Amino acid sequence: MRFVPEQASNFAPEVDYIFYVLLALTIFFTFGVVFAIIYLSVKYRAGSKANRTRPPHHNTALELAWSVIPFLMGVPVFLWSAKLYVEMYSPKNTAGALNISVVGKQRMWHIQHPTGQRENNELHIPVNRDIKLMMISQDVIHSFFIPDFRIKKDVLPEYFSTQWFRATKVGKYHLFCAEYCGTNHSEMIGTVYVMTPEDYQKWLSDTKWGMNKFGRPDTMVEQGEKLFVTRCAGCHGAGKAATAPSLAGLFGKEREMADGRRITADEDYIRRSIYEPDAMVVKGYQNIMPSFKGQIDEQQVFEIIAYINSLSNPQIQAGTTLPTASRKQETKQ
Amino acid sequence: MSIAQKPNYLDSELGIKSWLTTLDHKRIGIMYLLVICVFFIVGGSMAALIRAELLTPKGDLLTSDAYNKAFTIHGVTLVFWVLIPAVPAVLGNFCLPLMIGARDVAFPRLNLLSWYVFTIGGVFGIMAVIFGGIDTGWTFYTPYSTSFSHTSVVLAVTAVFITGFSSIMTGLNFIVTIHKMRAPGMTWFRLPLFVWANYATSLIMVLATPVIAITVFLVGLEKVAHIGIFDPALGGDPILFQHMFWFYSHPAVYIMILPPMGVISEIVACFCRKRIFGYEFVAYSSLAIAIIGFIVWAHHLFTSGLSTYSAMVFSFLTFLVAIPSAVKVFNWTATFYKGEIHFESPMYFAIGFIGLFLIGGLTGLFLASLGTDIHFQDTYFVVAHFHYVMVGSAIMGFLGGLHFWWPKITGKLYAEGLARWAAVIIFLGFNFTFFPQFILGYLGMPRRYHSYSDEFQVLHVCSSLGATVLGFGYILTFCYLLYSVKFGAKAPKNPWGAKGFEWVTDSPPPTDNFDFKPVMREEAYAYKPDYEAPEVVHERA
Repeated sequence: MRFVPEQASNFAPEVDYIFYVLLALTIFFTFGVVFAIIYLSVKYRAGSKANRTRPPHHNTALELAWSVIPFLMGVPVFLWSAKLYVEMYSPKNTAGALNISVVGKQRMWHIQHPTGQRENNELHIPVNRDIKLMMISQDVIHSFFIPDFRIKKDVLPEYFSTQWFRATKVGKYHLFCAEYCGTNHSEMIGTVYVMTPEDYQKWLSDTKWGMNKFGRPDTMVEQGEKLFVTRCAGCHGAGKAATAPSLAGLFGKEREMADGRRITADEDYIRRSIYEPDAMVVKGYQNIMPSFKGQIDEQQVFEIIAYINSLSNPQIQAGTTLPTASRKQETKQ
Repeated sequence: MSIAQKPNYLDSELGIKSWLTTLDHKRIGIMYLLVICVFFIVGGSMAALIRAELLTPKGDLLTSDAYNKAFTIHGVTLVFWVLIPAVPAVLGNFCLPLMIGARDVAFPRLNLLSWYVFTIGGVFGIMAVIFGGIDTGWTFYTPYSTSFSHTSVVLAVTAVFITGFSSIMTGLNFIVTIHKMRAPGMTWFRLPLFVWANYATSLIMVLATPVIAITVFLVGLEKVAHIGIFDPALGGDPILFQHMFWFYSHPAVYIMILPPMGVISEIVACFCRKRIFGYEFVAYSSLAIAIIGFIVWAHHLFTSGLSTYSAMVFSFLTFLVAIPSAVKVFNWTATFYKGEIHFESPMYFAIGFIGLFLIGGLTGLFLASLGTDIHFQDTYFVVAHFHYVMVGSAIMGFLGGLHFWWPKITGKLYAEGLARWAAVIIFLGFNFTFFPQFILGYLGMPRRYHSYSDEFQVLHVCSSLGATVLGFGYILTFCYLLYSVKFGAKAPKNPWGAKGFEWVTDSPPPTDNFDFKPVMREEAYAYKPDYEAPEVVHERA
């Protein structure tokens, strides 16, 4: 039986250090007060012969001391922990990061790798490589929680959330949904497999994923391109700039809207434009695009985003990596 | 009963009608106690079901839906109809006017109305339980509650909405009573600390409760009319709900814990036969908790996508709110110094409170601290933490107060030996139940899980066994207290040798509280008037 969780990510040791500092403070104050109460209870029990002359009723210096000193003890912990929090929730822009998309829906985690492999309630990742998750829920709020990595992030409907980490130990770990999501919430669980880079490559090239003409599954970008050609290119394709804005080079750029707002074309913008095109109409264009709600699902939105993204960043055509997700920490306006 | 005996508030009028139409704050307090007991039994039996289910990793006793309903009913009933009203509405109602030397609260009719509103809200709550139950968790998180749950969400939020008004009325009544009804000589700094605590609590009740009323109203509206407020699919914002919900529900935790803290101040002073050390600091710390407690709510949202800067502000403020709580604990402990400590049952409960509150309060820091909260949020660590505060400490304080004032309330003495045992059993049972949950949470066991992974079983079994001990402690208390009403020895005016107006009048008090005109001629807790009595004579403005 274990009493401490495994330390299997880059964050785990530091979270645990802070935990132990807090534990030490807790033990110090609890035992301090408990011993004081026991000692004083015995010494000043009714009928004891202890000296009770001039019992003090107040002492301002003492009051200030036991207000200020514990506070000062807390401040370094607050700062340290806040620093860690910012680190945990601000994905680093490392080139070799593996971008994985996650769709939560009642009782299931849907995961897709940039190279196109999809899995449910399982997450296979290589050890010692930055992993960036871009997550969205299809229904209620879920929360993506891997205890042995000490990471957790709520997965909201309609807004992307992101999380990054680096697994540091090969092994099998629990994946839980931590935000109550209704019937069988406790079955919205899965397993994280941390593999050596070689094993991960082997896992990726398993024939069960299906083959295209290159002898591998379509990457997310390729799947997105197929969707784009069938669903979007009619208006947004090359040479159609009169009807609808071209999407080449769009990703990450600021666009001016018909109502004068300037909006950065990030993942949320693209997603919202697919589902609610009339919310943000680009300046100079008519509000004529129909909503694709119900026709394109969240998983496909990820693929279209990957494709549009690749138009600005040709290096990701290979499908090994997606460019950095633009920072979404401040999420909603 | 001898003919010569004066009538008291219990026997001056008889019959159920005299109770249902009473304007007497003491009777209304007892009526609150009865309703609260009903809900305690409902919520407690749900806890028993939950703990029985969690004995095994598989969800074999209840279905997933039944389990979800069990923990929701457990949370909703115990929060809204037990923990929030327990101390203010029962002990506050009964004792507060007595303690300040008043004949009643400022608005006796409003007081009775608040009981009716409370009870009607409770009836709606029971209806929600009977007609389909409710499975949203007591937090009613959207969009689950508004667009996905098929249970009686509307009835439940109606119940909470109605009940909120009783809190507002009680709070208002207390504030006015404390301002306007104090006996001559009862200056602000002669008030018993229980009154200070209730004053601070009343401020929260009046200011925060309207927000939960609006919030649950909007939940009901979205559910019924599909107006997009919180559900993003309808154009709403689910995080807005979390802000609004916690803007009340975090201060609500202080509604639950401040009055028991006031009780502990009374008990510690009485059984140490000594003025509370640092009276002013203890009094002001109640106000500080009430004020700072209003601006920490978003610490429930650290993993929800809050901006990192707001997260830092809320984390810092949460560290700050720990200080006034710590000040109280240190002052209680310092009161023991050079006291003359009597160990009778209320003191057992008070010391138990301090022990549980230490753990409950300090583990709050793990959740205030941002980096660690990411791991602990929504795990059993949180469950253990808030049970230590809201249940362990609050119920311990409530029972301490109930034992302390029981002879005054009923005019009867309970079995002192059993009461001491009960305090010990409840304290041990509580730790046995909830301490393992801290470890479960650290290991990563999420809350609200109906089935779980095998490795968590040992700790869950410990917790369930502990719950049995705890339940036994509560039942024991219930039995000997009830027994004493009928068979207990007659209580003297002041069985503990305590200071305060309530101990000068009869047990039980006459309907008008006092047969004399109470005038405060000394400081609060003047147990040792010969030593270091403050020299300044406070005159009532």
